[in-house]
Parts: sequence; C-alpha cells; structure tokens
Amino acid sequence: MTVAADRDAAFLAGIGEVADAIAAVHADDVDRNARFPVETIDALREQRALSALVPAEYGGDAVSLSAVAQACFVLGRRCGASAMVFAMHQIQVATIARHLDGSAWFEDYLRELVSDQRLIASVTSEAGTGGDMSRSVAALTPAGDGRATFEKQAPTVSYGAYADDLLVTLRAHPDAGGGEQVAVLARAGETTLEQTGTWDPLGMRGTCSPGYVVRAEVATDQVMTAPFSSIATQSMVPVSHLLWAHIWLGIATDAFDRARAFIRAAARRAPGEPVPAAVRLSHVMTQLSLLRAEVRSAMDEWVEAEADRERLSTMAFALHVNNLKLAASEQAPRVCQQAMGVCGIVGFKNDTPYSIGRHLRDSMSASLMVANERIHQTNAGLLLIAKEV
Amino acid sequence: MPSAAVRDIVKEHGRLAVDVESLSDDDSLYEAGMTSHASVNVMLALEDAFDVEFPDEMLKRSVFESVASISSALAQLDVKAA
Repeated sequence: MTVAADRDAAFLAGIGEVADAIAAVHADDVDRNARFPVETIDALREQRALSALVPAEYGGDAVSLSAVAQACFVLGRRCGASAMVFAMHQIQVATIARHLDGSAWFEDYLRELVSDQRLIASVTSEAGTGGDMSRSVAALTPAGDGRATFEKQAPTVSYGAYADDLLVTLRAHPDAGGGEQVAVLARAGETTLEQTGTWDPLGMRGTCSPGYVVRAEVATDQVMTAPFSSIATQSMVPVSHLLWAHIWLGIATDAFDRARAFIRAAARRAPGEPVPAAVRLSHVMTQLSLLRAEVRSAMDEWVEAEADRERLSTMAFALHVNNLKLAASEQAPRVCQQAMGVCGIVGFKNDTPYSIGRHLRDSMSASLMVANERIHQTNAGLLLIAKEV
Repeated sequence: MPSAAVRDIVKEHGRLAVDVESLSDDDSLYEAGMTSHASVNVMLALEDAFDVEFPDEMLKRSVFESVASISSALAQLDVKAA
C-alpha cells in the first residue's frame, strides 16, 4: 500500500471504532433529547479526526476526501446527527484548506486546528435571502486598524453553541451587492451568539441547530481572499453534497440492515417456512443499490476533477453535483420507508432492535437542508444550456 | 470582436441593476447584478444570435464574467465581428 492509502486506512479504522463503540451507543439518547453528541465528537477529537483533511505541511494527517466521505458513511450508519456534525466540520476544513491562497493567518489557523482539534460550524443561511446561499444581507463593516465587525441573523446554525469557530458568509463591504460575498472565520472568543429560536425538529435532532444573531469583531486577515462565489463552486458546494450524500447512504444502509436482520430472525424462528416480507427486502435492495451507485459515481467524478479548478467551475460539473444532492436526498428516505415496511410494527416502534423511525426522520431532513426545489430550479436552468449531461 | 452585439444581448437578457453602457468591457456583470439564472438566458441568446454552441468546458462563470470575457469566448469559437 502507498503511504496515502495507509493513512486513509488508519483513519478509517479509528472512525469505525468510534462509530461502533460510541456513536451507536448514544444515538437513541442524542435523538430523544435533541442533545449534542458530545461523546462522539470528543472521541473524534481524541482520534485527531477533526484535522484529518489538513495538509501534512500544517501538521494534519492529509487524509483524502474519499476517506472522509467513507467516514461519513460509517458514522451515518450508527448516528445520523453525529455524522452530520462531523461532515459539516469537514466541509469547513476542506473549504479553508483548498483556498489558503498564501494567507499566513489561515495557515497558522490550520496548525492551531490540528493542535487544539477545534470544531468549526458554518453560518451560511440568513434571514431575508429566501434560502439562497449565494446572497447575503449582512455586511462586513470596516472598524479601522485592520479590524471589521458584522451582525448576521442566521435562521439555523448547526451546533453553533458547541463550535470553537464559525465560518460566516457576508457581503464583502457595506456597499457590496448581495452576491458579492466573502467568507470570514470568526473565533468563539470574538463572537457572541444570541439564540433566537428553539430546536425541537423531526430529525437530525443532535445537530442542535437553532437560530442565532451572530455578532463578531474580527481582524481583516480572517477574511478568506478568494470571492465566496468561487469558494462555493469549487469546494463548499461539491464537498457538502458529497459528504451529506454519504451520510444519507449510511442511514439508508443501516435501515436496510435492520430490515434484513428482521427477516433473518423470522426465518430462523420457523425454519423451512417462507417469510412473506423477504420478497419486499429484495425490492428494497434494488433501491439501496441505486442510491449507492449514484453516491459512488459522484465520488469518482470528484476524485478525477478535484485538482482541476476549471473543470469544477463548469456547469456540467455543477449539474452533476447538484443532481447527486437531489437524487440521494430523495432516495434515502424512500429506502428507509420501504425498510420500515419490511419490518412492520417492530420497525415502527422506537424500542426494538429493528426500529427504523430515527433513520426515516433523520433522512427526511435531506431534501430540506438547501431546499431541493431551489436546486431543481438551478438545474432546470443549467439543463437549457449544458451540452453533455 | 462583436462587443457591441454582446452588449445588446447582455442589456436585453442580463437583468443588470445598472445600464450596461455604464460598464467597461472588463467590469464584472455578476457584480452589476446578473444572477446565474439571467446568465443562462444570456448564454442562450448568444448561441442563438451567433449560431454557435458553447462547449461544456466554456460553460462556467468566468467565461460570462464580463463583456470582454464573452467576446473572447466567441472569438475562440470563430465568431467574426457581427
């Protein structure tokens, strides 16, 4: 094996232990009480998993994005909310690491992220934008002496209360248009969060994502150099869709595994007797394999394209990576619901080894986190002009 | 370079927040308010007007960033001054 493959394998071995020994154990409690999966995140910190994507020159483990995506799948099979916190953090790290542009401040930040295993949350959504991440209302406002301030009304900030730092999108300056955005890394010590809502959702309850008014004063060095539009196109959007889709595949896979365990138990109870629901399980498998194929082919496309910023900027790539989000977020709850149909009432109940309620509820968040209808609308436009789809 | 014809199309389909004539050839159309939805309509109108097809590798934000970048893309597709 190559050094890189060794690193990925060692990383995934550690993730597998955390998923089975910790995330799985606390998943129901995290879900029931809508509480942060603190045990899992602490264990991931101990594994140095929060800096997995940081390049070796800044002290990180330089794990590949494919391995991190696989980790999202592995964690997603055991606790969707833990996997989502992990994924959202990795999206911010990947975004920063891919757009350093020689910034000494961000290079030092990555070193600190490695040594302190800092957890980064994102503040991209904003009241008044209609859910369009490519527009901002709040603006970065110069405060003199190389400092700047902002105040942003965020309708959801996942694990905002538990994050060490926040990556925030803003208009570049008070006169900038809504689409002229920058990304700013604000540290917990220079930020205040005023909670504006409650958090009692249907699923992904452990992500703890209420609304906040976020206020901070930062150094202008903490503004990423590249315009957010290119950061989003070349990194944040594709990495988000890839990591999320791996979580949804993980959730759907565990729902399928539970349905399979149910059928096996039924077959063992009455050897030689047909198990009527076994045929339905076979139908679920065809749906699960479609989901898996979509997720894997999108990952392959990323691996081919990841260093080619021009290719990542094409509409053809945007179409594919948007389609991954749409297809996977629509398919995962379908698989979960069908798996519940296999198990019947024991799948519907919350306290059996075959319970699928949490999986179904968690997977139903998929089509809402960046609303699918908005993405369908974007793709509808791109389809008018793209040549090869 | 068919810059005047490009400006006409941007004026009609780009939904800019400002008059396109107030922009230089190099000014960003996106900063002038062109949304990605509007940029698709600009591309369609350009393909129609110049009887060309932009290949996928040209269909990216940077190509439609300004009147100058659009004109140079058209030049690469062998569009003569209209």
